[in-house]
Amino acid sequence: MSTVHGTDEWTAQESDALAATEYEESITGRPYELQGAQRGLLGDLVHDKLGLASAIFLVVLATSALLAPWIAPYEPNDGNLSSALLSPVWHGGTWAHPIGTDWQGYDVFSRLLYGARTSLFIGIAVVAVAGTFGVMIGLIAGYKGGRTDRVLMGWVDVQVSFPGLLLAMLLIALVGGSVYTVTIILAINGWMVYGRMTRGIVLSVRERPFVEAAELVGCSSRRVILRHILPNLVSPLATLAVLEFARIILAEAALSFLGLGIQYPGVSWGLDIARAGEHELFGNQWLIVYPGVLLSLTVLSVNLLSSWLRVALDPQEREKRFAATATGGSNAAAAGV
Amino acid sequence: MGRYILKRLLQGVVVVIGVTVFVFVVTRLVGDPVKFMLPLSATEEERAARRSELGLDDPIPQQFGRFVGDIGRLDFGESTYVRGEHSLEVVLDFLPRTLQLVAFGMVIALIFSLPLGIFASRHPGSWVDRTLTTLSLVGLSMPQFFLGYILLIVFTVKLTWFEIGPGPWYTNLVLPAVCLALPAIGRLSMVVRSAMIDELNSQYAKVAKAKGLPQRRVVGVHALRNAGIPFVTLFGWEVIRALAGYTVVVETVFNWNGIGFLAVTAIKNNDFFLTQTIVIVVAVLVVIVSILIDISYKVIDPRVKLG
Repeated sequence: MSTVHGTDEWTAQESDALAATEYEESITGRPYELQGAQRGLLGDLVHDKLGLASAIFLVVLATSALLAPWIAPYEPNDGNLSSALLSPVWHGGTWAHPIGTDWQGYDVFSRLLYGARTSLFIGIAVVAVAGTFGVMIGLIAGYKGGRTDRVLMGWVDVQVSFPGLLLAMLLIALVGGSVYTVTIILAINGWMVYGRMTRGIVLSVRERPFVEAAELVGCSSRRVILRHILPNLVSPLATLAVLEFARIILAEAALSFLGLGIQYPGVSWGLDIARAGEHELFGNQWLIVYPGVLLSLTVLSVNLLSSWLRVALDPQEREKRFAATATGGSNAAAAGV
Repeated sequence: MGRYILKRLLQGVVVVIGVTVFVFVVTRLVGDPVKFMLPLSATEEERAARRSELGLDDPIPQQFGRFVGDIGRLDFGESTYVRGEHSLEVVLDFLPRTLQLVAFGMVIALIFSLPLGIFASRHPGSWVDRTLTTLSLVGLSMPQFFLGYILLIVFTVKLTWFEIGPGPWYTNLVLPAVCLALPAIGRLSMVVRSAMIDELNSQYAKVAKAKGLPQRRVVGVHALRNAGIPFVTLFGWEVIRALAGYTVVVETVFNWNGIGFLAVTAIKNNDFFLTQTIVIVVAVLVVIVSILIDISYKVIDPRVKLG
């Protein structure tokens, strides 16, 4: 459904984009493309307020997750019943337990910090493992073509049709739930999307003249793949990896929520929501809300960041967005009304 | 058409065989099914006795042959959790509840996502459009079990509109179905919105408008039919993912006794045969739904060549 670039498909967005570009060039006297290069990725982020807020939130979260053993006031599974269900500071509690304690006397703030550690670690590890494997399979399938391609993509098709969550539950029941087993199982379940995307891009890139030229001058297929094809994959894969990161965080939380992911003494937001849901649905419901809101905010920030990244890495999208702001929010033009 | 359906059915059989082999490999090689079936306190002799009783000490190829043969005869073994009942019968007992939940949830999603998406595409930048975009992003970012708890806290605990525990089926069904539908509404309405914007922008829509067709007809007949293709793709995905994953979480939150709830119970009670039956039955359902989606493409867009 993407816009076809050519003279006969001259859409409203495109003419807006051109008008906006000309407008900006007339003010600054410098071609628009150069301005983008000058601003750079981070400069661009400052202009996207939501993207910036998400980035700041994620940096703070990642830092506190990394430093959890030093900045958390208590061990996550450390508490006793005499200090159960204390109120948070803004409800007359003390700074000893800034967000209060749960019904077992565990410090909520400390558990949230350790939960962030689990979520972010599993998210990053799964994206790294599944991404590496999927990209490898996709590169091989796309570049070799023929029977190799059919076999590998057949494997992808079959595995995509698997009921992933059920198989993950079964596997975890068999091998036990820990940060490492959950990581490996989610990676086994999630590499296919990278494989498909990589193969698709390789198929379109490998017919281009520069790949043919590289083959003609005698580059090994290894060199053609790694030096000539792989760089074309960077920006779509970066966007996909960020989206997958969000999906994996949700998947880990769901497994832990079902009691088939991270288990005691491990700490996870999903596990805490399940514990609180069982004990405090009719009591102190805030104990369900804290980890839930933090989990949602994390995923929301990652999603916002990914939509910024998609625009920032794709010049066509950048132009569209710029056109929308420069012509006074002309979404109306985009809809053709 | 007939040949295409046959081809897809064959592909589906491959998927089901793949799932079956995967389940076999995972349960026999990665883990010890007996460890899964007996309590931790069982002695080594008890384990060995159970193993030979189930034929798990035979060579692997022989076990695999028997495993495939049993499944071919639809013999999935006896459930240990629901004592003495055949696994497949237990699953078929629980299945209608899940289908009911998915059907109701998906109907809600369909009823709301189409008009919302179309409206947003007609008035981009309006407050409805902006609210819808924001809400769908929030909905996408919220774990479904958390959404379920929010619904429970607000409507059951605080407002007491719904009761906890057994009640008439329709009141019990509402919250789980809404919980299943809300994230789907977010995703679907966004697809409708962007597909409709694309279509309304295209040449044929402009021609239709230029020759004086009422806007209602341009939107409802011309654009909607073409925007239907991405919508059907995503809607099918929603149904598949609801069957194969989302219901597990939703049913657990709301104690809705469908197969998702059964799967969690079976796994937690070490019911080995019941668990593998559920996995295989769900795989079959997913295959059937995905074939139905492919056929529906042809119905919506006659240009589509199947095969």
